[in-house]
Amino acid sequence: MGNGSNGVVVDANDVTRTYGQGDTAVQALRGVSVDIAAGQLTAVMGPSGSGKSTLMHILAGLDKPTSGTVHIAGTDITTLGDNDLTKLRREHIGFVFQFFNLLPMLTAKENILLPLTIAGEKPENGWFDSLVTQVGLGDRLTHRPAELSGGQQQRVAIARALVARPTVVFADEPTGNLDSTTSAEILQLVRQSVDSYGQTTVMVTHDARAAEMADRVLFLGDGRIVKEMPRSNAHDILVAMEELKIG
Amino acid sequence: MTLFALRGIAGRKLRTVLTAVAIVLGVAMVSGTFVLTDSISGAFDAIFTSTYRNTDAVVSGKSAFKLSDQNNTTDPSFDESLLTRVKALPDVDAALGGVQGDAHLIGKNGKAIVFGGAPNIGFSVDPTQPRFNSLTLYQGAWPGPGEVIVDKSTAGKKDLRVGQTIGVQSRGPVVKLRISGIAKYGAVSSIGGATLAGFDLKTAQSLFDKTGKLDQIRIAKKPSVSEDKLLAEVKSILPPGTQVRTGDAQASKDEEGINSFLSFLQKFLLAFGGVALFVGSFVIANSLSITIAQRTREFATLRTLGASRRQVRLAVLVEALATGILASLTGLFLGLALAKGLFWLFEHLGFTLPNNGLPFRGRTILVSLLVGIVVTVLASLRPAFRATRVPPIAAVREGAVLPPGRFARFRPVGSVLTAGLGFALLLLGLLVAHGTRDVIVLMLVGALLIFFGVALFAPQLVRPLAQAASPVARWAVFVFSVLVWPFWTKPYWLLRYGAWGPGSIAKRLPAFVLGALLNPLLLIVVLVVVVRKAVSSWSPEWPVEYPGVLPDRPSTLVGAENSQRNPQRTASTAAALMIGLALVALVATLAAGIIKPFTDAVDQLFTSDYAITAQNNFDPIPPSAARAVGHVSGVEAVASVRAGDGAIPGAAGHVKVVNVTGVEPQTSKVITLKWQEGTPSTIDNLGANGAVVSKAYAKDHHLTVGSQIPLITPTGRLLYLDLKGIFAPPTGGSPFGNITISSATFDANWQQPLNLFTFIKMRDGVTDANTTALKAAIKDFPNAKVQTRKQFKDNQIGAFKQILNILYILLALSVVISLFGIVNTLVLTVFERTRELGMLRAIGMTRRQVRRMIRHESVITALIGAVLGLVLGVVLGALFAIAVKDIQFVIPWLQLVIFTIAAIIVGILAAIFPARRAARLNPLEALHYE
Repeated sequence: MGNGSNGVVVDANDVTRTYGQGDTAVQALRGVSVDIAAGQLTAVMGPSGSGKSTLMHILAGLDKPTSGTVHIAGTDITTLGDNDLTKLRREHIGFVFQFFNLLPMLTAKENILLPLTIAGEKPENGWFDSLVTQVGLGDRLTHRPAELSGGQQQRVAIARALVARPTVVFADEPTGNLDSTTSAEILQLVRQSVDSYGQTTVMVTHDARAAEMADRVLFLGDGRIVKEMPRSNAHDILVAMEELKIG
Repeated sequence: MTLFALRGIAGRKLRTVLTAVAIVLGVAMVSGTFVLTDSISGAFDAIFTSTYRNTDAVVSGKSAFKLSDQNNTTDPSFDESLLTRVKALPDVDAALGGVQGDAHLIGKNGKAIVFGGAPNIGFSVDPTQPRFNSLTLYQGAWPGPGEVIVDKSTAGKKDLRVGQTIGVQSRGPVVKLRISGIAKYGAVSSIGGATLAGFDLKTAQSLFDKTGKLDQIRIAKKPSVSEDKLLAEVKSILPPGTQVRTGDAQASKDEEGINSFLSFLQKFLLAFGGVALFVGSFVIANSLSITIAQRTREFATLRTLGASRRQVRLAVLVEALATGILASLTGLFLGLALAKGLFWLFEHLGFTLPNNGLPFRGRTILVSLLVGIVVTVLASLRPAFRATRVPPIAAVREGAVLPPGRFARFRPVGSVLTAGLGFALLLLGLLVAHGTRDVIVLMLVGALLIFFGVALFAPQLVRPLAQAASPVARWAVFVFSVLVWPFWTKPYWLLRYGAWGPGSIAKRLPAFVLGALLNPLLLIVVLVVVVRKAVSSWSPEWPVEYPGVLPDRPSTLVGAENSQRNPQRTASTAAALMIGLALVALVATLAAGIIKPFTDAVDQLFTSDYAITAQNNFDPIPPSAARAVGHVSGVEAVASVRAGDGAIPGAAGHVKVVNVTGVEPQTSKVITLKWQEGTPSTIDNLGANGAVVSKAYAKDHHLTVGSQIPLITPTGRLLYLDLKGIFAPPTGGSPFGNITISSATFDANWQQPLNLFTFIKMRDGVTDANTTALKAAIKDFPNAKVQTRKQFKDNQIGAFKQILNILYILLALSVVISLFGIVNTLVLTVFERTRELGMLRAIGMTRRQVRRMIRHESVITALIGAVLGLVLGVVLGALFAIAVKDIQFVIPWLQLVIFTIAAIIVGILAAIFPARRAARLNPLEALHYE
């Protein structure tokens, strides 16, 4: 939220994550340290199995690191119990999923307002309307997810992530399940939310066209951050990806 | 969260309805029971209130001790001279003396008019004192000498008209009386199957063998006199053996027996409601568990959006609560219909009950709703806690499964311990505990724990049982298919072909006609489809597959594998069926364990040729019927057994009521007993004060031959009996009570003695001539019947089997609930496997194969439930047999086979709807389904 543009809202310190035990143990993360700056769109890229999803799960408090610490808005989330973590999610975290994860029995409006409903809050005056206008859902609010197209569903999901004005929004392959035209629209929307509301956003993707929108691109390979780029075009990002695969 | 929960219900209507059915039926049983018993008790209230209207005090005979309700022993009558003295009392405004007794009306076919087990009541009527008259004249006139007035309902059912002559039988042979009129009884809507016959006092006294005697004097006080003063006044002139009560006190005294019967009936029926709800709770818990597993993603998403564990739990509980409320409300009203159904059921099984409409009391509503809602919420507790264990990360993982609970690994041990504890409590209740309440509580808790334990352990057994059940299921379904083919499968195919199949009308018409001939009922089904086709754009697919019956290996193979995929789910589904079948098997085992020793006993004891009992096999009959056969030529010996209440004096003025039987001098010629002390002829020569008792009774009361037994008769005489012999009855019992004396002594001390049985030995044994002769001899006693030993056995067992049938029908309710449980699980499974089904269809599985696959899984689940339930039921039966000495352990093989077949049919029926849904899936859409 109101953090200065240079403030760090999420920071991970030497995070490792090991799945399984003994011979079958898999090291998904091997010591990742990263700071996510406020008001920026950060993209996390990497080939399959690079650990990019694991990193995002740990940054968002969905998974616990094997070692290392993660702070969100100054709180160490690796030591929090379930109740405190729940409170933290309400206040600081928004999610956008690859498969939208809308609740099928609720209308678009109810889905968008769900984080506030859960927290027992009401939207600020005008905020909901401006958000709906922003994502372009004005006339679909009473529809159920099943009556919406994929792009429209993801718009609902983005509005849902933004409605509580969280400290940080995590987007997990937000365009992974959409066609290219719709993808572009959705990415534009993500970009807009960063630009108009200063919404700090972390986006995991393997799509260079998505990463192209980011202020900063992190490359993960084999459980480590292997490269970092400032805002770049899709071509440069693709080249970087290719280099990583070969290297 | 509430919104989420309620929308969840609205969004899954089918599942909610299927889940709710489990509770609806249980609640309906509870509410129906209350409505039924309230109706009966309302009817009796009305009967007794109108009986004693305008009556301030009632004088009646008083027996020396409180009579049991079992032996038809009635309070002694008193001399009618008391009436004059009562009338002479200063504060008595009016008094009416009356007598009552059993009076059988004889129908046109010469048989006694009996509806179910209802009583046939006769009484004296005095129209000159209308204030005491509880009858209202409907047609004709009040009865004079040689006349009878009958109730409207009986007259209607048997087409009796004023002016006709009708036979009436009470203590003596049939008497012909003229029907003077038809009357209604007070304000009661139906007095059940009871028949009423009113006579003038003299006729009634002579019919009931109470000439010069009265059973009752009804008294109305003068205005301005207090009831207490009246009672005191009457009391002062009462002779011994009589008593006086207020009208209200007498009404509630008369109701006592009825009330204890009603309270028993209520508990009995509620027990089945309880079983139904218990089974329902399994179904609910299972459906909720499955849906929660399927909604893992949804719950995880809620968690990522900031929902706490408490909120997730609340969401599930609110959903359960709402389902519970809806289901309970539905069940409450369905209870009305069920009460009607129960009246019908009891009537058809020979127990016609009086009723007073269908009252809906506050208690009925409160208890039914509360029970239904509480059970639903309790059943949802475990699924609700499971839902809280869904981790938020499941929102982003493909195919996330619920993590096993903290205690999952202790489950097998815990389940064995639970079942073990259950068995321990059950045995404690059966063998050690005293007092009905303790025994029932221990056994109930024990049984619940056993069911829980076995249900928890069942997942371990699913794999082997499913493998064993698979071939059984395959062949059972094959046999069933072959049986159904010509009457269902084939005609249905023909009708559909005829209605909208390909080809010319000339070819299709004969097919249609043939189908209609084979099963005309299917025309309705086809008509519905045709109408639907006409009014909507929907068009039925032509069933390309020709109806076949051969087992289909690939589909049954996949079906069998499916049933083992999620052992816990299969086990929980089967467990619901297990409970119902365990109870059914228990009942069957106990029944076999009771019938076997009983028939053995009859075979051992009943060494004569014929027996005479009442038409309904158990009512006692007047001895005059037995006397009538004494003169039949060829009779070598006749001996009857009388029965009545007696009392043994104990310490401090307490008495213990015992069954007393009276036997005639030729008993040893018709009944063969084993004697521990004494000889067979002992029982023939009991004399004025001789007595015999059973081995067990002698042992319990430390009696030996020569012991003196004091016995109080209902009229208050104290007899001193000499114990002359001790007999050893077979396990199945004997026709004799606690103490057996000579019938001469019995008749001298018990008013209005009645025979339980009469046994007859004939020259040449059982022959048609003998049977005809005996029947002719008792033709004036239409309520009596002559039976051979075999008929006697069958009839006695028949009465017992009717009670069994009631038990089976009531338990069927819980089996129906578990059927819905299977349907529910299968529907959810089909839903869950949509993609997989699409894949199977895409690689070439036909619709029929899909249906068969689902059906196979269903039948396997049902068979697992059957095996678990039947084994458990027989084991429980064995425990009862060990604990109760009158019950032998007999495995009822035939019944077990029948129940297994029933379970298979349950499996087949349960699969119909889910299999159709699965077969309807479009492969392309199913593959896209996410």
